Amino acid sequence: MTLYGILFYLISAAVIGATAIAITRKNLMHAVVYLIVSFFGTAMLFYLFGAPLLAAFEVIIYAGAIMVLFLFVVMMIREEPSGESVFPATQWVPAAFFCLIYVFVAAAMAVQTPGLNAPLKMLTASPIQFAVHVFEYHWFSIEVVSLLLLVALIGALNLGAGKSAHCGQDGEEEK
Amino acid sequence: MIAPFSHVLVVAGILFALGAFCAVTRRNLIMIVLGIEIMLNAAAIAFVGGSLHLDNLDGQTFVLFILAVAATEVSVGLAIIVYAFRRTGSFDPADFNLLR
Repeated sequence: MTLYGILFYLISAAVIGATAIAITRKNLMHAVVYLIVSFFGTAMLFYLFGAPLLAAFEVIIYAGAIMVLFLFVVMMIREEPSGESVFPATQWVPAAFFCLIYVFVAAAMAVQTPGLNAPLKMLTASPIQFAVHVFEYHWFSIEVVSLLLLVALIGALNLGAGKSAHCGQDGEEEK
Repeated sequence: MIAPFSHVLVVAGILFALGAFCAVTRRNLIMIVLGIEIMLNAAAIAFVGGSLHLDNLDGQTFVLFILAVAATEVSVGLAIIVYAFRRTGSFDPADFNLLR
């Protein structure tokens, strides 16, 4: 196994571990911070897969903007200590059962399918190549996405304004 | 030489299952939205891996769209959550049972 292979398994283990810790935290703040760790790992995976621009976007948008939005909401609203009973066993046992079935089946299919077991080659799409490809073949989709972001901005502002005009609310977008 | 593509798919599948598990079992609206974020992220990993496997940049382009949709969904979703919290004073989805 080469160095890159070792890096892949190491980062994957870190990402899965951080996510598993995050989804079981009772404290929302801890969950969000663990998820930031997980998204940093994902950014490193993207870089390993030859997408440096997307790695930067992952850090800027996911770990930066989205998680900061979560942190704002968690901090803005007082946390009621009357804990949700985290994971009532009648709920999480069936959910875990079905999740595990899907994971096992999907893993078996992925490993058994011929053609998927050759090690990936190292390739890198430079930001210039990527941008040229995006704006050459997908420029219309980019316009649609920008419209989507505008609609979301208006919707968030409208929801956040509410009846009491004094409370400003989160309505920020990226890109 | 990195790992085979099937292992990338397995990692993405495990992450997706963790996100689905979080979204289904937690009884807190913010954690449910976090679970959806985890699922989107897992899909992005699978897309980037597939982009490398097929030597085609379309996969990376889709991740760009996933990022935009995730940002949209989070901003609107959190605005709705805060609005609902102001009306009912709770994060528990079971408390939102009044149709008015």
